[in-house]
Amino acid sequence: MTIEKSTFQLQAKEMTLGEVLRSRGISRRSFLKFCAATASMMAISPAMIPKIAEALEKARKPSVIWLSFQECTGCTESLLRAHSSTIENLIFDAISLDYHHTLQAASGHAAEEAREIAMAENFGKYVLVVDGSIPVGNPGYSTIAGISNYDMLMESAKGAAAIIAVGTCATYGGIPQANPNPTGAVSVRELIKDKPIINVPGCPPIPVVITGVLTHYLTFGSIPELDHIGRPMVFYGQSIHDRCYRRPFYDKGLFAETFDDEGAKKGWCLYKLGCKGPTTYNACATAKWNNGTSFPIEAGHPCLGCSEPDFWDGGSFYKALSIPTENITKTAVYTVAGAAAAGAVIGAYNRNKKSSAVSKHEKVTIDDLEK
Amino acid sequence: MSHVPTFEPFNIQIGDDLTWNVEPLLHEVRHALENLIQNGATAIIDLRSIPLAPGEEEKLLNALGQGEVKAQLNALGASEIIETQYTGVWIVTHYNDEQDIISRFIEITTMPDILRSQSEDIIEAYERLNSDLQNMQIMNQSSVEKIS
Repeated sequence: MTIEKSTFQLQAKEMTLGEVLRSRGISRRSFLKFCAATASMMAISPAMIPKIAEALEKARKPSVIWLSFQECTGCTESLLRAHSSTIENLIFDAISLDYHHTLQAASGHAAEEAREIAMAENFGKYVLVVDGSIPVGNPGYSTIAGISNYDMLMESAKGAAAIIAVGTCATYGGIPQANPNPTGAVSVRELIKDKPIINVPGCPPIPVVITGVLTHYLTFGSIPELDHIGRPMVFYGQSIHDRCYRRPFYDKGLFAETFDDEGAKKGWCLYKLGCKGPTTYNACATAKWNNGTSFPIEAGHPCLGCSEPDFWDGGSFYKALSIPTENITKTAVYTVAGAAAAGAVIGAYNRNKKSSAVSKHEKVTIDDLEK
Repeated sequence: MSHVPTFEPFNIQIGDDLTWNVEPLLHEVRHALENLIQNGATAIIDLRSIPLAPGEEEKLLNALGQGEVKAQLNALGASEIIETQYTGVWIVTHYNDEQDIISRFIEITTMPDILRSQSEDIIEAYERLNSDLQNMQIMNQSSVEKIS
């Protein structure tokens, strides 16, 4: 069986995004609105809107091959529930999603043939998106059309211009890699060393962050600036804690001690209830979820730190990271995330030295939290 | 002298919880407005990039109030462009087809760009009007021929 493409599809692939939109009767004014929403989505300055318009006008449809390995489909679900449907639809019109075995109608060998055709036609140019971790303990733990996840990743990565690892499983191994890691799950970056890899962690990642990264590549044809563990700085450059609207309560030493005390009702800081905001880098505090409605901390629950490596093995979600005291050398530190957390502890301590209120903090145990 | 509308000054209570972002933002707007007056420089603040507490966006919008202009666009879903009580300060809100807000900006400018007719659209409109008139002429001609 062969898969034939219509003349329209082939023509559309050759057209620039500007031409595609004009052929659909999209006015320039609508295009500017699209660019404004895109700038907001990519978390870049609105002053860049004219440059985005210029770049998008000339952008050509990239081929995208999306591989799903050991995952729960939450990342794809997140993307499909992206709220700005009109805008996202245009973005999906602007890429050629040639393979995504959860979304495509074809299955088995027909689907694999679509992947092979897309790889051959766009060798060296396509974007490879991966969600899910890769089991290397035994290839038989996860296969697609009889092909092991490892073989499919290595084969598909060869001709990729760039790889986007979506979700904490693909970026850091995630829940499949959690102790005792029965399948020998590893991340994409542990296997691929010779391609640019953009890590978009989160369990799942925020939909606009996924589309924002795709759009950045579509717009500028390059990968965005990344941090030391491969995450785009525009979305993961600041900690949840630093962007949290509850941060002023932390600075004033006002904490919820239980989930139903006066502090919780008044919306005080959730640090003592185990919030991992100080050691977690993500865009939840600004992009938020469900059409910008809210995010876990706004709903009254501490951040779990789901966009950080090994978040599942970090101990209790409800254990406080650390509680500063007057003497840092005597501080009992509940380090749950290694050196990064310890750095945050010292930073937190230094900030808190300024406030006499904070010097009264005492060590909090899980028993205290359950009072 | 023309009538100058008067407005109630906004009043953010010190005791109000969760209002720390509103006043600094208003100062940022004031600074941008000063820059517009002195240098003609425009500015845009993306409200989706700022960590606002529940209710703060509403407080900010209430503080800015509504001025003399309110425009509605219909381009890839609705958009609402409101000049606030502070002339030169605009709130631009874009919605998608399901009426969800997809982006909201404070623009400090004489007129938000999206309100202007775009040159590409003007050219397309000119060509379309030209073609419509030609069709009209053809139809009129054939009607005249039928009558005669």
